[in-house]
Amino acid sequence: MGLEEKLPSGFLLTTVEQAAGWVRKSSVFPATFGLACCAIEMMTTGAGRYDLARFGMEVFRGSPRQADLMIVAGRVSQKMAPVLRQVYDQMPNPKWVISMGVCASSGGMFNNYAIVQGVDHVVPVDIYLPGCPPRPEMLMDAILKLHQKIQSSKLGVNAEEAAREAEEAALKALPTIEMKGLLR
Amino acid sequence: MSTSHASPRETTEGTVYTVTGGDWDEVVQSAARADDERIVVNMGPQHPSTHGVLRLILEIDGETVTEARCGIGYLHTGIEKNLEYRTWTQGTTFVTRMDYLTPFFNEAAYCLGVEKLLGIDDQIPDRATIIRVLLMELNRLSSHLVAIATGGMELGATTIMIYGFRDRELILDIYELITGLRMNHAYIRPGGLAQDLPPGAVDQIREFVKKMNKNLPEYDKLATGNPIFKARMQDVGYLDLAGCMALGATGPVLRSTGLPHDLRKTQPYCGYETYDFDVPTADTCDSYGRFLIRLEEMRQSLRIVEQCLDRLQPGPVMVADKKIAWPAQLALGPDGLGNSLDHIKKIMGTSMEALIHHFKLVTEGFRVPPAQVYTAVESPKGELGVHVVSDGGTRPFRVHFRDPSFTNLQAMAAMCEGGQVADVIVAVASIDPVMGGVDR
Repeated sequence: MGLEEKLPSGFLLTTVEQAAGWVRKSSVFPATFGLACCAIEMMTTGAGRYDLARFGMEVFRGSPRQADLMIVAGRVSQKMAPVLRQVYDQMPNPKWVISMGVCASSGGMFNNYAIVQGVDHVVPVDIYLPGCPPRPEMLMDAILKLHQKIQSSKLGVNAEEAAREAEEAALKALPTIEMKGLLR
Repeated sequence: MSTSHASPRETTEGTVYTVTGGDWDEVVQSAARADDERIVVNMGPQHPSTHGVLRLILEIDGETVTEARCGIGYLHTGIEKNLEYRTWTQGTTFVTRMDYLTPFFNEAAYCLGVEKLLGIDDQIPDRATIIRVLLMELNRLSSHLVAIATGGMELGATTIMIYGFRDRELILDIYELITGLRMNHAYIRPGGLAQDLPPGAVDQIREFVKKMNKNLPEYDKLATGNPIFKARMQDVGYLDLAGCMALGATGPVLRSTGLPHDLRKTQPYCGYETYDFDVPTADTCDSYGRFLIRLEEMRQSLRIVEQCLDRLQPGPVMVADKKIAWPAQLALGPDGLGNSLDHIKKIMGTSMEALIHHFKLVTEGFRVPPAQVYTAVESPKGELGVHVVSDGGTRPFRVHFRDPSFTNLQAMAAMCEGGQVADVIVAVASIDPVMGGVDR
């Protein structure tokens, strides 16, 4: 049928990282974290026409302790932010976050007293997904991109090294306010 | 994050506790102090069956709920405040996101209010009004479908959810064809509509009505006579007429007591008095009655949609007054929906006046005479009222929404207290509150 039929002497060599990444990406369990309009599109993605089951992800867990992906779907209010952080803390490692929609990513059109201006103020975000609300296809695209990211994630010493490099790069990055470009 | 309270001397109803987020320890402590027999269960704000970010605080004795309270505000978005800093036309972009399952009702209620303030409510072209009615009735279908779908899912009947979302997708396809968006349309504007129906829309809606007439009986087959479904729903979430009146409940909750109160009949707007439809009621006062009402209302909405299609005549969809009508037109280009190139050619190349009008209306907006007005439409959840106040400027002084989800949610305690914990879910689902509308 596929690759497994054409293996020389029945062996396939890979790294532990690759194998672990492949296993992890194939069974991501999202937590139900629907907040607003995006939550309806998230439910639509799980329903018949878009059928998230094709990617092994149709089972949305009610309890964060059984989930490893939080899809922050909608506007996060100041009142909701501590709850969101608590739900994130209750999720076991390794865990990922998709910020679904502009409100979760940056506050979107609600630049006011009530809305957290980007959920990355509260939890680390892996994928920012624009749109108001994003179409189900866009959510699936974000999920597939996250799968790629999970597949190539590092383990052990390599993970520490990667984290250190990411932090150094972040420290060196120019603050938005100092960025000079055509628009400034 | 703390618990504060007003002493009995400061209020008329005894000690009033104000509970905010992150106060769980204190709630537990105060509960422990008061009585060591009772258990206080916190449901939400992150719970799969509370219809969004609703927090229910239940005091239970065994399986019986002795006291139930709502915690709301977890989705407070400050939309009403934002409206005060945008032009009247930009307002529709915000109100459409309030109750995100009934965007066209929010837009229509807001625009009817603004039009009344402008004194142009009799100049709205017929075609615009008919398309508004058409979209509102399609929206009633899609909202009820989600109500039935998520209500079923919360009972554990996941098949109903798949059915509901299947049919809702058909409606969302129509929305997308007409407005360019699946949700959050901002299509109804003060003075009319953003643009006319695109070619093929009428055919697609006719096709949909045919398909939906075939699909609706499936809900009956699956749920209406289902003994498990009935056992979970019947006599659950009981609220009689007196209770509804005292709590200001409207919509299917009120109609399930047998009172045929529907603003489309009792206080018609958008020409609803000329359409032929019935107001379904039930006399059971329970969740099952509300489910049956929603099903029947979907059938009635299909009837209205058909009548709208028959009435559509070619014509303008925006008022003729150039001081109010939005000047830009949209057109479909190779990169999607955007400004019409013909319109840009006109304002940039041929007509100075058109350019001035465009510039003034788009940057500053129109002025609305100082006054206040209350308009109400019958949203799928009940009476959706808008109180619009103008101080004569290009921005609203205040816009307040009386969202039916908010008012109906008050009835939660009356429906749930004395019942079982599992019935709380059914009762809340039968109210069909949408937190975007409750908290705004």
